[in-house]
Order: sequence, then structure tokens, then C-alpha cells
Amino acid sequence: MMENARRKFLKVAGISALGLSLGTKSVLNVFASADESADRRGKKTAAEITENKKALKAKHWGMVIDTRRLRTVGDLKPLIDVCHKIHNVPKFENSLHEIKWIWEDEYKHVFPTMESEYLADSIKHIPFLLLCNQCQNPPCVRACPTKATFQREDGIVMMDFHRCIGCRFCMAACPYGSRSFNFVDPRTGLDESGIFNEFPTRMKGVVEKCNFCAERLDVGKMPACVEASNGAIAFGDLEDPESDVRKLLKENFTIRRKQELGTEPSVYYIV
Amino acid sequence: MLELAVKGTKRYWSWVVLLLIIIGIGFSTYLMQLKTGLGITGMSRDVSWGFYIAQFTFLVGVAAGGVMVVLPYYLHHYKAFGRITILGEFLAIASVTMCLLFIIVDLGQPMRALNVIFYATPTSVLFWDMIVLNGYLFLNILIGWNVLEAERNNVPPPKWLKPFTYISIPWAIGIHTVTAYLYCGLPGRGFWLTAILAPRFLASAFAAGPALLIILCLIVRKLTKFDPGKEQIQSLAKIVAYAITINVFFFLCEVFVVFYSRIPEHMDHINYLFYGLHGKGALVPWMWASIVLMVIGIILLIVPTTRRNEAVLIVACIAVFAGTWIDKGLGMISGGFVPNPLHHVTEYAPTGPELVITLGVYGIGFLVLTLLFKMATGVKEEVSA
Repeated sequence: MMENARRKFLKVAGISALGLSLGTKSVLNVFASADESADRRGKKTAAEITENKKALKAKHWGMVIDTRRLRTVGDLKPLIDVCHKIHNVPKFENSLHEIKWIWEDEYKHVFPTMESEYLADSIKHIPFLLLCNQCQNPPCVRACPTKATFQREDGIVMMDFHRCIGCRFCMAACPYGSRSFNFVDPRTGLDESGIFNEFPTRMKGVVEKCNFCAERLDVGKMPACVEASNGAIAFGDLEDPESDVRKLLKENFTIRRKQELGTEPSVYYIV
Repeated sequence: MLELAVKGTKRYWSWVVLLLIIIGIGFSTYLMQLKTGLGITGMSRDVSWGFYIAQFTFLVGVAAGGVMVVLPYYLHHYKAFGRITILGEFLAIASVTMCLLFIIVDLGQPMRALNVIFYATPTSVLFWDMIVLNGYLFLNILIGWNVLEAERNNVPPPKWLKPFTYISIPWAIGIHTVTAYLYCGLPGRGFWLTAILAPRFLASAFAAGPALLIILCLIVRKLTKFDPGKEQIQSLAKIVAYAITINVFFFLCEVFVVFYSRIPEHMDHINYLFYGLHGKGALVPWMWASIVLMVIGIILLIVPTTRRNEAVLIVACIAVFAGTWIDKGLGMISGGFVPNPLHHVTEYAPTGPELVITLGVYGIGFLVLTLLFKMATGVKEEVSA
């Protein structure tokens, strides 16, 4: 009963495609109209939400980042830029209000528990890509008091921006600093002409983070950073032994961030 | 009994009006926060909880501290505390009210607060915290009101109240335990990730709560015809002495484990608080002041001659209250966020508007406390007259 139409909507794969197929309507509007009509007509609307046939599916989405092929800030910039562009991630002068879904940092900050003074130069000074780890055992989901952050069956940890109360318990719970909070209206940090209509902008007072491009997977596209990486980032089903990610994991030594915490990140690094 | 709260001297009303002005300023600043967002505070991506949540944490302790008068009276039949249990219960009501308000002002989307009930999530400690805090508020209103009314009518409190009174004792332990669980169950926050956190919270609560109660008792004695009693105040002082000593002992246990094991994720936070990290150490003087204040409190409360001297006792209680406030209200929350999980140091300091809103919430708490204490002392004066 509590489960409302918007949430079902978010859970069903391929919804963005519906938004696109309606042409002029933005995804946000589709959400709104679905909510309204659901109220009026009850279950009938649910039948209209259909899955996109092109949707990419997996039992457990995972990512393998080949850091041997992403060596410089310049290598990472296009990946970061495209993500922040298509997800309407705002930019603010005040660093306290910073929002980021994907960014870069040094080894000693990315893997603070594995720091060593005599680390190879080739690793010590290169930038590493950081994003939400899409943990299989996510502390943020456990901490959230409203299920505004939840885990899909394919392992992706999602945010329901319309349910989040902004308590920021998830930010305290995340051991990777992957979450950002909208301290001010995010639209004030966006260039209006540059707003990307296929993904909703947020309101102030809610938490956001990387969603493994769930909205793109649902219409058959790979995550934007993967697409922009020229093959340096592999993305696929960790439960499928034949997948690219599994092949890479079999052939290379990989590490994950703060493995000792038992959160089971789905993002692997080849170093 | 409410009528007792609206009959007062000029001094009483000036105090109420002063509080209303503070509340008004705080509330209008809160409206500004509601409009602009939490960006008007000093919080950030790295230090995502600040002054509000720290005050909430500290005040849960003060609320729980009220049980230190209820427990000896109801479980040990220590008759002397019968005179002042009502003050402990009313202090708890005012404190829990502030706790709930501090959570509300900290929310990014306060209009959605009821989502915590609509989409109840038992895996979230915040869900349980909501239950225990509201439950404790309810229990104390129920018990306090009925006990006071019975006293006024010169009859024993109704029998059906007994079970609620007994439940309220473990419940008080519960509110601060659950509040500690908000923090100590989070992986990757080395400062909080310790089983001693809940016991430490309770020890500091049972020091801060009764210390404030002693100060309030002395004020009540001065301003009204009701004397809470010398014996009562001395017994409270002994409780504060034990609790503050245990609090410092627990802290030293933590310090030993952290610095003997030398595990960086646990050590860095305490280093940041007491010595500074990467050249940043805004809280260093505060933290040392907290230690000094608590040690002064311990000495003055343990030595019988100083404890028995009420003028010195006030100093001791202020030292204990201030020391535990710095410990929990300043260091405990931002200390857990600095350094951040990526070992960057982003410091936090509350902004002006943040302090004004905080003051506004304290204003509401003190107003509730004033009205309730006015009622309680009014009844006590009536009965003895």
C-alpha cells in the first residue's frame, strides 16, 4: 500500500525510454504525470509502465577500472565532465557546498589503509578515479531511515530524491565519502542553457551520488564514464563468468577500496 | 495546574519575555535557513553533521540524566529524592523537546520528516531513535504530570502509573544507548567505532544531567519558597562525582586502546582533536579545556570539604557541565568527521546563523523548563503552605 507509483516507476527498467518516446515531455514531467494519474485511476496506470526491450540487465553490475590506462588528470577529465554534465551536477564557488559523483584523488587518499611511503612512483602520483562503490553490503542503505536510498536487484544503490528527508545519515555511514548533500538549491550552480533534460535536477536538502548510470542502462546504454573511457573501464555482470569484467578479474590482480570493512564494493581497480 | 505557570512576578515575566525574544530571533533565522538551505551553516560534504546534531547528542544525555533521581527513589526507596524527582522528569521533558527540535532543524527537507513513519525502516538506527525519544517524552509528561497532580491533591500517585515509572528507568538508558548506536555502528568512522561509546555517553550523561539539576535546585531555592533540600543536593553531587570520574576513565580506556594499538584510522581523530592534524587544529584549545574542566570537577566533587561547600559545588557543577558539553557538543561529532574517510582534513566551525538557530532551540527548551519548574515549585509551595 505504501509503495507509491513513482517508486514502482523508478524500479521498473526502461522508464527513461518511455520518457523519450513521449517526445517533448521531460523525464521529470513523466514522473509527475504518472503520480497524478496513478492517484486517479489506481492500478491501471501501472500497466502503462513497460520495460524497455533494449534495457541492459545483469544480476550484479560491476566495474573494473584499468588504472594502467588512465594515467593523468587529462585522461580522467572527460569522464568526470560527461558524468557531471548528463546528471546536472552543479558547480559552486564555495567548496563546502561541493557536489560530485565522480572525481579523482591520489592513491594514499583512495586507499588510505594501504598507504606506503615507498610506493612505486607509477602509482604514487597518478590520479585514481573515485565514484560510489555500489557496495553489495551498503552501510548507507542500512542507515537510511526512509529507504530513500535503496538497492536494486541488480546491485545498484539508488537514490529517491523525492523521499529523502536530508538527515545525512547515509553520508556518515558511507566509508568512501561518495555522497554529496545539496546545501543550497543546485539549480543555482547550473548553467541554465546547459541543463540536460534527460535527467532530473535536484532540489535543495537532499543527498545524491553516482547511480552507475541506471537511467542509461535502462535504455540500453553503457554508463557515460565507461563510454568515454575508450575501453579503460569495463562494465558488466559480475555473476556472469563470461562477462568482460569477470575475464579482467581473472587475468589481473585487482584491489577494492577498504575491503576490510566488508562492504563488498562492486568497483575494482587494476593497478 | 497550568494556571500556576501564568501567575508570576515581574522578574518571572521578564525572563519569559527574554526567552520569547531569543526564540523569535532564532525562528526567523530558521525561516532563512528553510529558504536558502543548510548552506547557511558551516557544514560541508566532509563534515555533514555539525552543531545541531552535536547539541542533540549532548541533550539526549541531559534528558537521560534525569533518571539519576528517579532510579534511587523508585528502585532503592531513597525517600529524600521524592522531593525532587519531578524536577528530574521536567528537565527530561525540556531536554527531549530540544533534542527533537535539533533533529528537525538539521533536516534538509523537514516537511518530509514524517517519511520516517510512512516508510518505517527498522534497519536504521534513526528510526529507533525517533521511537525512544518520543516514547521518553511521552513517559515523562505522563509520569511528571500525574505525580505532581497527586502531590497537589495530597493523595498518593495513581497505581496504574507505577509500571510506566519502572519502564521509564531502562528507557532513559535506552535513549542514550540508541543515540550512541547512531554513531558507533558506522564502518569507516574510526573515532566512533568503539563499543565504549554508549557507556561513555551514559557516564557523561549521568554527570551532565545531575550537575545541571544541582544548579537548577540552587536557583529554585533562591527564587522560590521551595527548598529542594541540602541532603538531596549532596546526594546528587555524589552521583555527579561518580559519573564524571567514570566518564574520564572510559575516555582513558579509549585513549589506551587507540594509542597502544596505533591503528591510524582510530588514532587520527583523537590526534586531530587534541594536537591538530596537517596543521589544522581549531578544536585543540577547546578539547584541552574540556579535560581540565572535567578534572577540576572530579577534584572538587571527590574532596568532601569542597563538595559540601555549596558555593564551591556550583563551580564544580559548572565545570562538569561545561567540560562534558565541549566533549560532546563540540568534539564528539565533528571529531568523527575529521579527517574524512579519504584522510583529508576539512575543518568545521558553526556560522553565525547556525549559532542563532541553536540559541533559539535552547530558548524553547528553557521556556519549557521555566514553565514546568514554575508549575512544580508552585505546587510544592502550595502543599507546604
